Amino acid sequence: MRPLSMPRYCTAMLGFIIQRLLQSVGVMLAMSALVFVGVYAIGNPIDVLISPDATQDIREDVIRRYGLDLPLWQQYFAFLGRLLSGDFGRSFVFDIPVLELVLARLPATLELALASVLIGAFIGIPLGIYAGYRPEAASSRAIMAVSVLGFSVPTFWVGLLLILTFAVNLGWLPAGDRGPLVEVFGIGWSFLSAEGLSYLILPALNLSLFKLAMMIRLARAGTRETMLTDTVKFARAAGLSEFTILRRHVLRLISIPLVTVFGLEFASTLAFAVVTETIFSWPGVGKLIIDSITSLDRPVMVAYLVLVAFFFVVINLVVDLSYALLDPRLRRGRAA
Amino acid sequence: MKSFWREYRENWVAVVALAVVVLVVLAALTAPIFAPQDPYDLAILDLMDARRPPGYVGSGEYTHWLGTDAQGRDLLSAILYGLRISLQMGLVAGAVAMTLGATLGILSAHLGGWVEALVMRVVDLQLSFPAILLALVLVAVLGQGKTQLIIALVAAQYAYFARTAYGAATAERQKDYVEAASATPLPSWRVVLRHILPNCLPPLIVVGTVQVANAIALEATLSFLGLGLPPTEPSLGMLIANGFPYMMNGRSWISVYPGIALILLIVAINIVGDQIRDQFNPRLRK
Repeated sequence: MRPLSMPRYCTAMLGFIIQRLLQSVGVMLAMSALVFVGVYAIGNPIDVLISPDATQDIREDVIRRYGLDLPLWQQYFAFLGRLLSGDFGRSFVFDIPVLELVLARLPATLELALASVLIGAFIGIPLGIYAGYRPEAASSRAIMAVSVLGFSVPTFWVGLLLILTFAVNLGWLPAGDRGPLVEVFGIGWSFLSAEGLSYLILPALNLSLFKLAMMIRLARAGTRETMLTDTVKFARAAGLSEFTILRRHVLRLISIPLVTVFGLEFASTLAFAVVTETIFSWPGVGKLIIDSITSLDRPVMVAYLVLVAFFFVVINLVVDLSYALLDPRLRRGRAA
Repeated sequence: MKSFWREYRENWVAVVALAVVVLVVLAALTAPIFAPQDPYDLAILDLMDARRPPGYVGSGEYTHWLGTDAQGRDLLSAILYGLRISLQMGLVAGAVAMTLGATLGILSAHLGGWVEALVMRVVDLQLSFPAILLALVLVAVLGQGKTQLIIALVAAQYAYFARTAYGAATAERQKDYVEAASATPLPSWRVVLRHILPNCLPPLIVVGTVQVANAIALEATLSFLGLGLPPTEPSLGMLIANGFPYMMNGRSWISVYPGIALILLIVAINIVGDQIRDQFNPRLRK
C-alpha cells in the first residue's frame, strides 16, 4: 500500500471529519429526543416549566408561551430551539436560570474529574507497566488483585471506607465540601491552596479507583505484548538500560490505546462523579443532579442530561479524530 | 459437566468463591427461618434498642450479633433480608437483560440488513455511554419501585448481552454445520433455535455472571443515592446509606456490615465468572 499524496489525503480526512460531525449531530438529536420524551412527554410538562404554587394566569400564560397546546412534534422543535439558544428554564428550587446554576457548579466537577484522571494515569500506568514487566512477581500479583477489586467493588463503598479510615479513624484528611477556594478569573478552585488540596484528595482518590484499575490492566497487557517484540530485543542489543527501554519504547508504543481509553473514560468520570460527589458532599454538578431528582427540579435534570450528552458526543468526536490523526494505519486504511 | 467441575476444582480461590456464593444464596433463601427478627415488622421494633453495638442483648432477650440500626432493627436480620432483595433484583434484571440482549443480538446477526445496522448502532452507542447514568435517568423519569428499577437495570445492561450474542452468532453462521442445516428444508427459525443459539450460550453465561454482579452493584449504588427501592424494603445499598450519617461519630457498624455482605457477594460472583470465562476460552486451554 502506497502512502497517499497530500491533497488526496486531505480530501479523505475531510470526508471522514464531515461524516463524524454529521454522526455526532445525529446522536445529539437522538439524545435530545429521548430527554424530551422522558421528561416532557411522560411527566407533565407544566410541572417542568412552572412551580406548583404559580397562579392560574401564569400557568395559562406559560402554556401559551411554550406552545404546550401544539402537537408533540411541533413542541419538540420548539424545545430544540430553546436548547440551541441556551434557554433551559429556571430552577424551581434556586429560582435562577438553570444554565447559570449548572455553569456555576461545573468547575467543581471538572476539578474533581481532572484530578482523578491524573491520579489514574500517573499511578496506574507505572504500576501497570511494572506488573507487565515482571508478571510473575508477588508484587505484580498484588497490583493485579487491587485492580480486580477496583473493577468489582462499587465506588460508593470505597468512598465510605476512605472516609471511615482517613477522616473518622485517623483524622488525617477532611471529608466533605471543597474547603477554602482560591479565585482565578472569578472561578474558585480547591487545588490552589494546600488546605483546599487536602479536601480534594479523598474524593479524587475515590473517583479515580475505577480508572486506576483500568489503566493498570491496559498498561500491563500492552507491556507484556511489547516486551516480546523485536523493538525491545534490538534496544537491549544496543545496550540501553531496562528503564530507558521501558520509558522510551514500551511507554510510547502502549500510549495510543491508553490515550483513547482515557478520553472515553473522561465522560464516564463525569457520570461516576454523581456518586462520589454525593458521598463527599462535593458541591459539583453531580450532587446538583441528585438533589434535583429528589426535589423534582426537572429543568435542572433536562439541562444536566443534555449537557452530559453533549460532553460525551464531543469527547467521542475528539477521540475519533485524534485517533485518525495519530494512527498511520487508519489513515491508509481509509484511503484504500 | 464432570470434566468441567474437575477443572474448576483446580483453582481453590474459585472454589471458595463458589462456596461463598452458594452460602449467601442459601442464607438469603432461608432468611425468614433463621433471621432472629422480621425487619419489616415495625411493631416489634423498640427505639430503646437503636444503634446498639454488636453483641448487645436487647429487649427481645437475644443477642444482636451485628448490632442494631437507627430504628432498633437487628442488623443481621436486616442484612439477610437485604440480601434477598439485592439477589432478586440482580437475578431478575440479569435474566431479562440476557433474554432481551440475546434475542436482539442473534436476530440482527441472522436477519442482517437494516435491522442489524440499526440495532448494533444503538448497542454500540449505549456501550460507550456510562450505564450508571442511563439507570439514573430512567429511575428519575419512571419513579421508584421494583419494576421501575428492573427496567432501568435491564436498559443499562442488555447491550452487553446483545453485543456478545451478535459476535458469537456471526461467528457461528459462517461454520459448515449451519450451512448444512440451512440446506435442509427446516425452517430458518429452527436452525437459529436449535443450532446457533446453543453455541452462543457459553459466552452469554460468562457475561451473565458478571452482569448479575454488576446489576447488584448498580442497584446498591442507586439505593445508596436514595433512588432505588422505597424505604419499606431496604436493600443492602439502602442499609449502608441509612448507616452513613452515624459513621462520623463512631457507629460505623451500621454501614460496615451490610457493606461487607455486599462486597463478599459481588467479589465472589466476579471470581466465579472469571474462572468460568477462563475455562470456556479455547485459547487458554491446554
